[in-house]
Amino acid sequence: MTSDPYTVLGVAKSASAGDIRKAYHKLAKQLHPDLNPGDRDAEERFKEAQAAYDIVGDADKRARFDKGEIDADGQERPTQQSYRHYADAGADHPYHSADGYADFGDMGDVFSDLFGQARRGGPGGGQNMRMRGSDVRYTFEVDFMDAARGAKRRITMPDGRELDLTVPASLRDGQVLRLKSKGMPGVGGGPNGDALITVHVKAHKLFRREGNDVHVELPIALHEAVLGGKVRVPTIDGPVTMTVPKNTNSGDRLRLKGKGFAVGKGDKRGDQHISLRVVLPEEPDAELEAFLQSWAEAHSYDPRVDMEV
Amino acid sequence: MRESELLKTVSNVRRVELRRWVEKGWVVPERRDGEFWFREIDVARVQLVIEMRRDLAIAEDGIPTVLSLVDQVYGLRNQLRQLGEAIQAQPGDVRKAIADRLRPDD
Repeated sequence: MTSDPYTVLGVAKSASAGDIRKAYHKLAKQLHPDLNPGDRDAEERFKEAQAAYDIVGDADKRARFDKGEIDADGQERPTQQSYRHYADAGADHPYHSADGYADFGDMGDVFSDLFGQARRGGPGGGQNMRMRGSDVRYTFEVDFMDAARGAKRRITMPDGRELDLTVPASLRDGQVLRLKSKGMPGVGGGPNGDALITVHVKAHKLFRREGNDVHVELPIALHEAVLGGKVRVPTIDGPVTMTVPKNTNSGDRLRLKGKGFAVGKGDKRGDQHISLRVVLPEEPDAELEAFLQSWAEAHSYDPRVDMEV
Repeated sequence: MRESELLKTVSNVRRVELRRWVEKGWVVPERRDGEFWFREIDVARVQLVIEMRRDLAIAEDGIPTVLSLVDQVYGLRNQLRQLGEAIQAQPGDVRKAIADRLRPDD
């Protein structure tokens, strides 16, 4: 902080103590960080004004500054976290107020449902007010198949309590489940907060979810690729039989309708997409080699013809 | 921290004032074993009330009004942020539909 305090406050060097105080109050009202919570610039300028006022707002320090005994440096107030730092970090504090949108409940209760917050106390309530307990947040991991089919799981909270969690079918990675009244206890007869469980879905070794569809890569043997035939395919409902058409290539895709994740609460479901991959026998096969040798002599073809190589 | 520690840490506030602020509900410390216990946010809030009076020259009568507005602004900011994060987590077509709905008609 090296700016001249008189310049910062916008007053002349000869200004009276009263003028300096007025100029400072005017700036402070304009720039206070809690009255401008989104404005970083205002916060910096407020600190600067505070530092300036600490010098020239004090008759003794002002005289010493004017004589050059102290400079504008080193006069900053000890850095403390501003109120904004805490109040802006979330809603889990006693000063949180939902009054700014309390009447949005008319909009089909979207807001009150979404945020699940009863009106909490603000200034004026004192210690006797009814206050809803805080929500608590946890994370939990479920297997892919549990997330697909739905499951009941007993989870142990960090504080040792056990809660029964119903994982709904078709749960998405990162979905937040709300357990009503399982958060912190309310104060003064107020309702308990909720437990908000963020559920992460573990990856599966075969299935991959995209939207409501499931993707699977299915290896097929050379003879299945050439001749076609019935193959068993894993789905999230268990294995099913599917027909691979004749002359199937690696990368060809097939679709099983309705074998994906449930869409909404009805019967509608996404699809399963199967990407086929032709796999040769693990060990070289002399018979196959001999056959292809003679076959290629008469039936050679160039799959790279379009690449002009 | 205890009340005595707060009074040592934060200058420009007297015990009698602090008690009055707590009584009025401007600051809501926890109670532990019959004593007030001030969390970090409570200390910062005490600091805020001091600044309102000293730096902003707000009269005592005006402070509940300003505090109430400040609380509402942070409440709204918090919800707005949550809503923004929720929208951000939606698939592209949902995000686009919301953006289209918010865009004023040309």
